[in-house]
Formats: sequence, C-alpha cells, structure tokens
Amino acid sequence: MDVFSDPLNREVYLTGFLWILKLTLAGGVGALVLGVLLAAMRVSPVPVLRAFGTAWVNIFRNTPLTLIIFFCYFGLFSTLGVSFSDDIDLNNFWLGVTGLSVYTAAFVCEAIRSGINTVPAGQAEAARAIGMTFRQTLTMIILPQAGRAVIAPLGSIIIALCKNATIVGTIGLMESSNAMKELINANGDAVVPIFLVFAGTFAIVLIPTGYAFGWLANRLAVKR
Amino acid sequence: MSDEALIVLDKVNKYFGPLHVLQDVDLSVTRGEVVVVIGPSGSGKSTLCRAINRLEPINSGTITFDGRPLPAEGRSLARLRSEVGMVFQSFNLFAHKTILQNVMLGPVKVRKEKPAVVRERAMSLLERVGIANQAEKYPAQLSGGQQQRVAIARALAMQPKAMLFDEPTSALDPEMVGEVLDVMTSLAREGMTMVVVTHEMGFARHAANRVVFMADGQLVESAPPAEFFANPKSDRAKDFLSKILTH
Repeated sequence: MDVFSDPLNREVYLTGFLWILKLTLAGGVGALVLGVLLAAMRVSPVPVLRAFGTAWVNIFRNTPLTLIIFFCYFGLFSTLGVSFSDDIDLNNFWLGVTGLSVYTAAFVCEAIRSGINTVPAGQAEAARAIGMTFRQTLTMIILPQAGRAVIAPLGSIIIALCKNATIVGTIGLMESSNAMKELINANGDAVVPIFLVFAGTFAIVLIPTGYAFGWLANRLAVKR
Repeated sequence: MSDEALIVLDKVNKYFGPLHVLQDVDLSVTRGEVVVVIGPSGSGKSTLCRAINRLEPINSGTITFDGRPLPAEGRSLARLRSEVGMVFQSFNLFAHKTILQNVMLGPVKVRKEKPAVVRERAMSLLERVGIANQAEKYPAQLSGGQQQRVAIARALAMQPKAMLFDEPTSALDPEMVGEVLDVMTSLAREGMTMVVVTHEMGFARHAANRVVFMADGQLVESAPPAEFFANPKSDRAKDFLSKILTH
C-alpha cells in the first residue's frame, strides 16, 4: 500500500473521484430534468411530442454509452465545434455531462412513465373535474405521485450513472478509471491493491446510496 | 327551483366500440333541480353523468351547460369543469395531499384565489361535512365515508353551479352510507342543482325532484319520485323495482 502513502498519488486518486462526483451530480440533474420532460412528452396528447419522446428513448437507450460519449467529443466538439470551455478538462467534463445526461434521461423517462402507470386513473379524472389543465394535472397530481413511486428504481439509475461516468475517461478526462490506469502504469508491482482501492471506493459510497434510496422510497411512498 | 334549464342533453349518443351505451338520450335539468338517475348496472347511468362534464366524450348530439355547448378539450373545457362539481364512486382524493390541501387546491390553482381566503372557506366546508378536525391528515388515514365527505367539500370549494354524483355511496361500508347521504340531502335542500347516479332508493324518494330511469342506454322513464315508485309506467322499470324493492 505504499502507493497511496505518496501524496502525489493520493492527489491523482482524489482528483479522479472528484470528477466522478461532479459528473454524477451534473449528469444526474441533467438526466432527471430531461427525463421528466421526456416522460411528460410521452404521455402528452400531442402526437409530435409523443413521437419525439419515443424516438429519444429508442435511440439513446439502445446505443452504447461509449459511442455516445465518443460522438460528444468527435462529433459535437471536433466536427461541429460545440465547445463549453477553453479549459480542456472543463470542456471534456461538460461534453461528458451532455452524453451522460441524454443517455441516462432515456432510462429516467421510462422509470417515470412506469411510475405514472401506478397512479390510479381516478386521480387525473378528479383533477380534470375541478378544472385543472393537462399541464396542471401532470405537474401537480400525476408526476408528484409517480415520482414517489419510482424513487427506488431512480436510485438504481443514479448508481448506474455514477459508474458509467468512468466512460468519460475515454475522451481524456482524468476521472477515476484514468487515474487508476495512470497509477497502475507507474506502479506495476501494486496492480491488485490499486484496483481494490478504486473498486472499493465505488462500493463503499454506492452501497449506502442504494440503501438511502430504499429508505427514501419507503418514507415518501404515497399511502392509498 | 326556476324553470330555466341549466343542463340540457339533446339526442346524445355514445359508443364504446360496438356497444351503444347512450342512445338518443334527451334530458333537461333546471336550476335547483335534483335529478336522481337509477337503473340496472350497464344501463349507461355513469356514462351519462360523466358525459355532462365531458370526462366521457360523446359521439353525437349536444350537451349544453348554462346556455353554452360543452367546449372541446382545452382551456375553455377546464373552465366549464370548474363550474361543475363532481363526486366519484372511488372518492379520488389526491393521495399525496392533506385533506385541507385537497379542498384548497382547485380554488387556489385553478381559480387563482388568495390562499388565505380559500383556507377559510375550505375550513368552513370541512366543518360543514364534519371533518374539520382531520384537516391535516392524508386521505388514506380517513374512512371511506369521511373521504367521500371530503370529496364533496372539495367539489363545493369551487362554488359550482351544479354537482354530479357518480354512485357516491357504492364503494362505502353500509354504516357509512348515511353520513354521505346526509350531506347530499342538506345540499339538495339548499337548492344545489344535482344529478345523482345512485342505487339508494331512500335518497331518491326523499331528496329527488325527479327520478330518471335508464335501461340499456336509453332514458326509459322520468317522473317525480312518489309517482315513479308508486306507478312505474314501463315494464322495464316495473321489473327493476320489483327486483330491488322486495327485499
């Protein structure tokens, strides 16, 4: 374990996981916002919106994340010139967030949509009967109940997102998997300990995260 | 009760696939009138009731409310619905909101009234239906009868011109039916225009101005309750009454 007694190596390790944390947070916010919007589109009475939502889910849920992240770099940035920052790390970070968000949003959308199916039809009827518009019914009655019903599956999606964030390493960000590769390259005699520390860090953070979502799901469950 | 018609159905037809659930239904409800709709299950009573605020769109014919034909889906329909209170068989209280929030939601969000004003009105309505002390509870913590009384208060909070009741007591335990019917009876006495689909013959007898009998999607008979129960004209109504009144 001499590897991690070197402050420079610890720095590499910490920076790696800091990027993962930032990617998860930014990607999670993006995916949640986009996913809810997509779910709203998929249940809306407007055919064009429904088709857009369906197409989004079909495209991004069935494409490897690696390809999407590659496209963000080589397509959006290199070819189309979409740039988020002059700082190369920050630019790669936001390209990664974009890819993670559009990909994860497809899963969030489907989770929310299954949540909508758990809300009895009478709830929407009662809302319409007091004069609520489609939007009011959706945002005040349906989505709050649907969201509470899918907290546990959303937790799984966020956990997957956190691990998927390592793929942003493929476009050069020094996130944890790149950090691990760098440490292994420099310390060939300590491959297994390095690997265990990185894998263990994920597990130690994510196992309680899963339980926290389970606890939250129980606490916020709508009693019927 | 004035003679002015508030709700007018003219030659209303409705199909569920091949099933003709409303067949050329004509019905006119005047202001302040209490119309009780009875009939065997599957006769189209609930569909009729739900058609009046367009929760169930119709295939042909016209429905007029307060002089205006029902608008198509959209803001003007939402506005019309806010003027027609509806009470469902399964209560349909918003499960994630407290009792008070359930009652306040419509006036605050749909009518954009001031929450402080609405709160006062909501509390007095809850007082009236006898649930004021449960205002901070959630629907699942209340009995069926209590939930249905809250649902009535929620509809009344919108200060509707008419109230629709779609089998309001059918999902209740027998001992809770009375408390809901009491609230409905007092509403009827105060002159609220009501269309009530129900199997409660007692309510029909003492609270209705008119009983409408439906069978197989048709409006078969329409008469004051005393007349209808004593002298049903059609065989279909005689048959129905003989089955329910002999026990």
